[in-house]
Amino acid sequence: MAELNRAELNAIELDGVVKEYLSHGEVVQAVKGVTLDIAEGEFFSLLGPSGCGKTTTMRMIAGFEEPSRGVVRLHGADVTNVPPNKRDINMVFQSYALFPHMNVWDNVAFGLKQRRTPQEEIRRRVGEMLEIVDLAGREKRRPREMSGGQQQRVALARALVNRPRALLLDEPLGALDLKLRQAMQIELKRIQREVGITFVYVTHDQSEALTMSDRIAVMNDGLVEQLGGPREIYEKPASAFVAGFIGTSNLLTGVAAGGVLELGGGRVLVPGRDGEVTVTVRPEKITISLDKPDGEVSVVPGTVGEVVYLGTYNSYAVRLGDGTEVTVFQQNAHDATTTAERGDPVWLSWPAQHSYAIGSRSTP
Amino acid sequence: MSATTLTRRPRGRLGDRLLHAYTWLIIVWLSSPIAVMILFGFNDKKSKSNTSWQGFTLRWYQQLFDISDLTTALKNSLTVAVASTLITVVIGTMLGLALGRHRFRGRGVTNFLVFAAISTPELVMGASLLSLFVSANLPRDALTIIIAHVLFSLSFVTVTVRARVITLDPSLEEAARDLGATAWGTFRQVTLPAVLPGVLSGGMLAFALSIDDYVVTSFVNGSTVTFPLWIIGSVKTGIPPQVNVMGTLIFGIGVLIAVANAVAARRRRT
Repeated sequence: MAELNRAELNAIELDGVVKEYLSHGEVVQAVKGVTLDIAEGEFFSLLGPSGCGKTTTMRMIAGFEEPSRGVVRLHGADVTNVPPNKRDINMVFQSYALFPHMNVWDNVAFGLKQRRTPQEEIRRRVGEMLEIVDLAGREKRRPREMSGGQQQRVALARALVNRPRALLLDEPLGALDLKLRQAMQIELKRIQREVGITFVYVTHDQSEALTMSDRIAVMNDGLVEQLGGPREIYEKPASAFVAGFIGTSNLLTGVAAGGVLELGGGRVLVPGRDGEVTVTVRPEKITISLDKPDGEVSVVPGTVGEVVYLGTYNSYAVRLGDGTEVTVFQQNAHDATTTAERGDPVWLSWPAQHSYAIGSRSTP
Repeated sequence: MSATTLTRRPRGRLGDRLLHAYTWLIIVWLSSPIAVMILFGFNDKKSKSNTSWQGFTLRWYQQLFDISDLTTALKNSLTVAVASTLITVVIGTMLGLALGRHRFRGRGVTNFLVFAAISTPELVMGASLLSLFVSANLPRDALTIIIAHVLFSLSFVTVTVRARVITLDPSLEEAARDLGATAWGTFRQVTLPAVLPGVLSGGMLAFALSIDDYVVTSFVNGSTVTFPLWIIGSVKTGIPPQVNVMGTLIFGIGVLIAVANAVAARRRRT
């Protein structure tokens, strides 16, 4: 019965968590009230720019910081004031924080030794873990003799060998170069599936979060701006901040009447909207053409500015009649219809469902 | 021009020679007092003074402990040095950790005092310690010497440990806590091994400062005589070669420790 209940409980719950610091006699709120439920086995990302409170939030989950207000629960149990060594979760640090005076084996075995695990079991579990992270045969190496990617995997093994109920990762790939980072993203996802542990991943890299996460909390200025799956956050950003932070986005602002926003000699369809409205359109949703397209689509005229060739696609900067600059990505497919050049007058068009209104209430 | 000549930086032949000569001059200058000390421990001297070479002997090594006052003085010095070093290392490590890692009320004042203790002239420190001990009605003996030595060597251990702590990744200790270690377990298994090089070099410095201190000790020794005090006292009557032998042995042990430390450091690195 108890087991059954446990499976239904969330791995991690934050309830109105606030963190205040005293800085030069002034109270500064690093986290201004975060409420989150992270499900068992989920790959959850806290995404945001530096200083948005994502790391502080994670440190409160780990127990390194005590919330000024609010409650932290792990599997239903209130752990708000429980020290980190008594919490059944482990963390992978941004700097890896490998113990420099210990070899790989002793680093990985550290947690099990603290729990007074029998020698035989330590041997077996550390061996298995090093197998999983592909470091078998390097037990006697010291951390400083290893590459960044290897150190990263030692850090991961050192945390996972304890079979924590959740693993916290603080920008763990930040120090690696691009190729290695991409390889490690796939590796992390594989390991997470293999061990089936809840991962909470802190990052400022939106592509990393989109690649790996089941759900993402986009944070800004101490608050969660949007919480949802990668597709939802990308396709339907809840605020101008989210739209701008995740990928490239075009923001079109104006006054809509009867679900149509007149803009620089064209029209943007915003079904069901009236009054002041801001619309986001992703650059890859926009079609660029020399002739005015027909049909029930948003259509605006403009003039081509910079054209940048980026291999798999071209990036066009198009200036609209009212001065707004719009970015358009066009795939370099074999049937690419337009080869617009600098100074060409063009038409931009996109289906109504791709203009997503933000920052205004919808009219019923 | 072949490739080998290209790898060598062009430099004047004269400049090379001057650099060589200068380097050797410095080495000779630094090591000559030590060489003289070692050499005159083997001097088969007949007169009272031990200042001119009169032939080789191992006599002084055989009669090393024949002067009982000198032997007692050396024992006193070693006792004081070991005791004050141990106390200094413990307190200095704690101070260094606190100053390097934590921000607290009085941190600035403590930092200043650590610096002040290094820069205070020894004469002033000795005189003020004596008046303190007198007004506290504390009898002057080995204990007061130890207290004094802890006082002037504490700053050196604090500074070396603090320097080590500052370069330490603060997440190391958090990682240990996160992996289930208690506060004490974290200190014993992670913090102490990480700052150990600083602790050891600070401790060696404290030992070296203590074993040859004269000025401060001469104020607070009471009737207890240490090795340096005995030597000063025997200047007028002529320093016996046993002093050279003891000096040679202390120097030899110091060299051994330094070499062992270098070997250990190399092993840690590879």
